[in-house]
Amino acid sequence: MIYLQLLWVFVKIGVLGFGGGYAMLSLIQHEVVDHYGWMTMTDFADMVAISQMTPGPISINLATYVGYTTAGLGGSLLASFALCLPSIIMVYLILKLFMSNKNNALMDNTLKGLKPAIAGLIFAAGLSMMNLQNFPDFGRGQYNISVIICVLAFVASYFFKANPILLIVISGIIGFIVY
Amino acid sequence: MKKPLQLFWSFFKIGAFTLGGGYAMLSMVEKAVVDQKKWIPTDEFWDMIAVVQSLPGVFAVNTALYVGHRVAGTKGAFAAMLGAIIPSITIILLLATVFREYRDQPVVERIFKGIRPCVVALILAPSLRMIKSAKVTWKTAIIPIATVFLIWWCKISPAYVILAAIAGSLVYALIINKKAKEKEVRS
Repeated sequence: MIYLQLLWVFVKIGVLGFGGGYAMLSLIQHEVVDHYGWMTMTDFADMVAISQMTPGPISINLATYVGYTTAGLGGSLLASFALCLPSIIMVYLILKLFMSNKNNALMDNTLKGLKPAIAGLIFAAGLSMMNLQNFPDFGRGQYNISVIICVLAFVASYFFKANPILLIVISGIIGFIVY
Repeated sequence: MKKPLQLFWSFFKIGAFTLGGGYAMLSMVEKAVVDQKKWIPTDEFWDMIAVVQSLPGVFAVNTALYVGHRVAGTKGAFAAMLGAIIPSITIILLLATVFREYRDQPVVERIFKGIRPCVVALILAPSLRMIKSAKVTWKTAIIPIATVFLIWWCKISPAYVILAAIAGSLVYALIINKKAKEKEVRS
């Protein structure tokens, strides 16, 4: 049963995951945390951090981890394979259908229209992670260090395009010192 | 060495050593496939990437599949794909066992307590950058706002939101294409 669920969930993510790794986070988060409860929101945040610091696609990393924690080695291989399955089918279908220029213009414009929605999707994934598990000192009358880290990391990333790995390492060091 | 094996090895190296997601990987793929092996001409490579970018799924996997397929058919596609994902899967499996063992250690917990809010920022920042690059105006701002509201507030599955967005975008693209054609006919 768990195998079937993993297969279904990750095939779905592979089919609907437009717009790169971050856009897939929202889909994965909804299925894995909200719907099936295979991971908590803190597990999810930790895995995103680990994925950022290790090579390879973030969605493959999450699929492997979720598969492993729910159904062992077999589960991890199945979840990763399920994620790739739609892509494998597409190589053969889309290569023939969409390589022509006529269809390309239509697809380009469709994707342009899709982009604002994908941005919203990613933003929602971030918002959903703003909870007391990830911000444990929020509103407890202490210095809100977690909020300060979040704001500073946001400024560094958005305005200065700081390296995400560097930001994660610095935040980890701050966490080690202050908590 | 046979082509599928070479593809496997090229993508294995890329999968094992590129940090920072799919797009960071592109220049390495170009170097391996276009410059060194000369399997695909430069312009054809970038045409291919343009198509691959518009597909759903894991970008690195799609790239590997298409390049592999173009160079050595079905065998090539699978060899390149496996090369691209095996490093990730191995690393995460190793880390998962270690992480489960040590995550309750106070030191590890303290470090991750600091990291989690940073991760939230790292997800929010690119979404806002994307809104900027998509040239969202006050009129079209309703799209990302509605998306956030439906997913975050109403807890509607992102799957449905994506399907609705695809349908809407397709209609929009059809209208634009029709207008472009009418212009062509007139001139």
